[in-house]
Amino acid sequence: MSPPLLGVEEEVQSNVSSPSVDCGLGLKERNYLGLSDCSSVDSSGVSSLPDNNKNNLNLKATELRLGLPGSLSPERETELWLLNSGKLDEKPLFPLLPSKDGTCSSSQKNVVTGNKRGFSDTMDGFSEVKGYVFTEKSWMFHEAGSESPQSVGHGKYPGNSGVNVTLSARFPGAQASVKKEEPANVLQKQPRATNGTNLKQTDIANNKNGAPAAKAQVVGWPPVRSFRAKTLATSSKNNDEVDGKPGPAALFVKVSMDGAPYLRKVDLSTYSTYRELSSALEKMFSCFTLGQCGFHGTAGKEILSQSKLKDILHGSDYVLTYKDRDGDWMLVGDVPWAMFIETCKRLKIMKSCDATGLAPRAMEKSKATN
Amino acid sequence: MNYFPDEVLEHVFDFITSHKDRNSVSLVCKSWYKIEKYSRQRVFIGNCYSISPERLIARFPGLKSLTLKGKPHFADFNLVPDDWGGFLYPWIKAMARSRIGLEELRLKRMVVSDESLELLSKSFPNFKSLVLVSCEGFTTDGLAAVAANCRLLRELDLQENEVEDHRGHWLSCFPENCTSLVLLNFACLKGEINLASLERLVARSPNLKSLRLNRAVPFDTLQRLLMRAPQLVDLGTGSYVHDPYSEAYNKLKAAIQSCNSIRSLSGFLEVAPRCMSAVYPVCENLTFLNLSYAAGLQSIELTKLIQYCRKLQRLWILDCIGDKGLGVVASTCKELQELRVFPSDPFDAGNAAVTEEGLVLVSAGCPKLNSLLYFCQQMTNAALITVAKNCTNFIRFRLCILDPIKPDPVTNQPLDEGFGAIVRSCKGLKRLSLSGLLTDQVFYYIGMHAKQLEMLSIAFAGDSDKGMLYVLNGCKKLRKLEIRDCPFGDAALLEDMGKYETMRSLWMSSCEVTLGACKTLAKKMPSLNVEIINESEQTEFNLEDRQKVDKMYLYRTVVGHRKDAPEFVWLL
Repeated sequence: MSPPLLGVEEEVQSNVSSPSVDCGLGLKERNYLGLSDCSSVDSSGVSSLPDNNKNNLNLKATELRLGLPGSLSPERETELWLLNSGKLDEKPLFPLLPSKDGTCSSSQKNVVTGNKRGFSDTMDGFSEVKGYVFTEKSWMFHEAGSESPQSVGHGKYPGNSGVNVTLSARFPGAQASVKKEEPANVLQKQPRATNGTNLKQTDIANNKNGAPAAKAQVVGWPPVRSFRAKTLATSSKNNDEVDGKPGPAALFVKVSMDGAPYLRKVDLSTYSTYRELSSALEKMFSCFTLGQCGFHGTAGKEILSQSKLKDILHGSDYVLTYKDRDGDWMLVGDVPWAMFIETCKRLKIMKSCDATGLAPRAMEKSKATN
Repeated sequence: MNYFPDEVLEHVFDFITSHKDRNSVSLVCKSWYKIEKYSRQRVFIGNCYSISPERLIARFPGLKSLTLKGKPHFADFNLVPDDWGGFLYPWIKAMARSRIGLEELRLKRMVVSDESLELLSKSFPNFKSLVLVSCEGFTTDGLAAVAANCRLLRELDLQENEVEDHRGHWLSCFPENCTSLVLLNFACLKGEINLASLERLVARSPNLKSLRLNRAVPFDTLQRLLMRAPQLVDLGTGSYVHDPYSEAYNKLKAAIQSCNSIRSLSGFLEVAPRCMSAVYPVCENLTFLNLSYAAGLQSIELTKLIQYCRKLQRLWILDCIGDKGLGVVASTCKELQELRVFPSDPFDAGNAAVTEEGLVLVSAGCPKLNSLLYFCQQMTNAALITVAKNCTNFIRFRLCILDPIKPDPVTNQPLDEGFGAIVRSCKGLKRLSLSGLLTDQVFYYIGMHAKQLEMLSIAFAGDSDKGMLYVLNGCKKLRKLEIRDCPFGDAALLEDMGKYETMRSLWMSSCEVTLGACKTLAKKMPSLNVEIINESEQTEFNLEDRQKVDKMYLYRTVVGHRKDAPEFVWLL
């Protein structure tokens, strides 16, 4: 028995064909991500669409299709997606069922509910391939209130931002790293950075009987609690480089400290927040500041604890700065983390008296980037 | 017995603790009913919509401990839309108004608002224990209210909840004179914690037995906490990342060694594998080890650790342990009763690192095994038959083959015979989850043999209505049945409508059940609520009776339709 297979990937890999691609005719024509096809769908056609669906399904009832029960017509998906754009995150597609004993009648369903948007979710995995922009823009404003701006529209997961929004609307305080991994929650195909580029190869490799290789996720399968799925996704990302071995994209930058005899190097990709970087730097440079303690007028006899060092670093004595792509020295902490690690070329722990004149040009920069 | 004064009977009833038994006691006669009613302190409500808060209070005015469950189980897997229901607030409001002396509240899959937490914290002066499992809807502000106002708080147990973290100072809200904490579990919180407050809190809680930290608690804080709480029995680490050659690491090792009461270990959400050796000293006494969130540990580190855990009774682990690793479990953990193997990569079925081999090894090495949750790449009938032979004590058997309709890869047969062997051999089986390619035959076996079965989860299985009917007819003790993506339709649903009154609930999604049948059922059985969850914009009028419903959830109730159903839930 073939595993549930049919999915959006047919559109991307047009060389793969099978009878079930016919079902995907609708798939090919519909783009759920707001490009021109979508906008042309008349939302007032709601009531007429079900009739179309019935006709379509009747015709397709005798087709040998791959899919799980609950397979549905693509037209329906579009309609439902449009109508339910606010709930985009929830219900990815039901893939089609491998027909058992040749009885396809079970796969014919006039289902009522709106779980059929999943193509857009699965499509998110290919957003980079398709180069669409819709999701970013349309969801941007929802993120306005979010404390973690870095997930919106930046960098690697434009598709996920749609997902992120809904969650952020409920949990504006959630850390961005959690949000980024949210796709695991909605069972998207491409949840994690490490797997991203390998996804298609895996799918092709898993294509067992020559049918389309898409591994569109089934809603709610495997039955892993969404909390667990999300947490694991975040953890595995964070743990990749915990060992000190560089991950797939090591970002070593030099770190210098005023008054220290030599520089250090840190791998920025091993951290996911400013806090982590800052604690790592504190630990790294604690030996150097020991000597500085008395010099800067702190109670010199105190044993230098890490919190003390933090005070030194965060207090008036030192500031953490970085040199960006343009060669400017910037204050660390202004821009979203993801943007920071992309632009940071070098770090410097400056004495605050030397650090005057650092203009936070982050705002201008982010506008330019957007 | 009629001549005993009430106080004596009440004293006798004190020894009857099981809910079922107390329910039976109350049926004996009016006077027993009355005595039991006023002396009942603990109430369990498996479905919050089966009864109303007002009726609960009227029935058991002496209520002290309440357990409530809200959303159906499949809500865990995103099959139930948010806002479906399960709100806590009405319960707190009603209990507060009636001045119930609530001391303990345990919730599962409920929507808990900050408002309700605040009201709770202010309404019940003797409140001692709050356990929230898989709940949502609250923020750390709600926790702050509980911390600040529940003077006698002993337990705050947050398990896998979705909490909006305002990174507030909720921990600092525990008053300085609060010294009663026994259990504090905030592992599911994502945000920062005021570490100094945490240390002070732990320092002034001499009775603290269980402490589970979140990711934001760093290594060195852990060390300091352990120094202050060497009496801990249950520890969940936060971030467990450090340089194993540092002074801090040595300090931690020393601290852990002074904690010789630790019997349960979890956490490691962030972990540096080379630091794991620090915990080896506690392994030999561990009875519960939960590494199911420790994505940073590979099979080698896991097996090294497990080799020290000779007394382990419960093990929760990720599948990266591999079949070989499970072999180590089998040869080391002879006392093992419960095993849960979670997928480290749930959405990539080709990568699951455990197969039927690991399970067979564990079944052979751990004869006391009675509870299993196993996510695997594949399963064979032969393996299941062997497992059934080796372990006849299963109470819970949940198998999840990541590819939902995968047959036996060796014989290409459905897994009917394998599961059949399990239900035949494990006469005490109470909970069963199926997966893999399955026909009606497996349901025949289940109906025939699983006489103690209370909960059954089915997905992508069966051929016809007969499958469902076998189960409904044969499993006399069935309480919860949840079905998704199976070809069961109206005939099966309507054949024995009275059966559902003996059950807590039935969930059917993506099956062949039509709206008309649901309407019929709802009409004939007023003691059931039949809910259709419909997420499209279509109104009821557009839907014809012969159209299939996507999600149906029905449950018995004594209070009729609920008033808080959202638009997308139709109550028939």
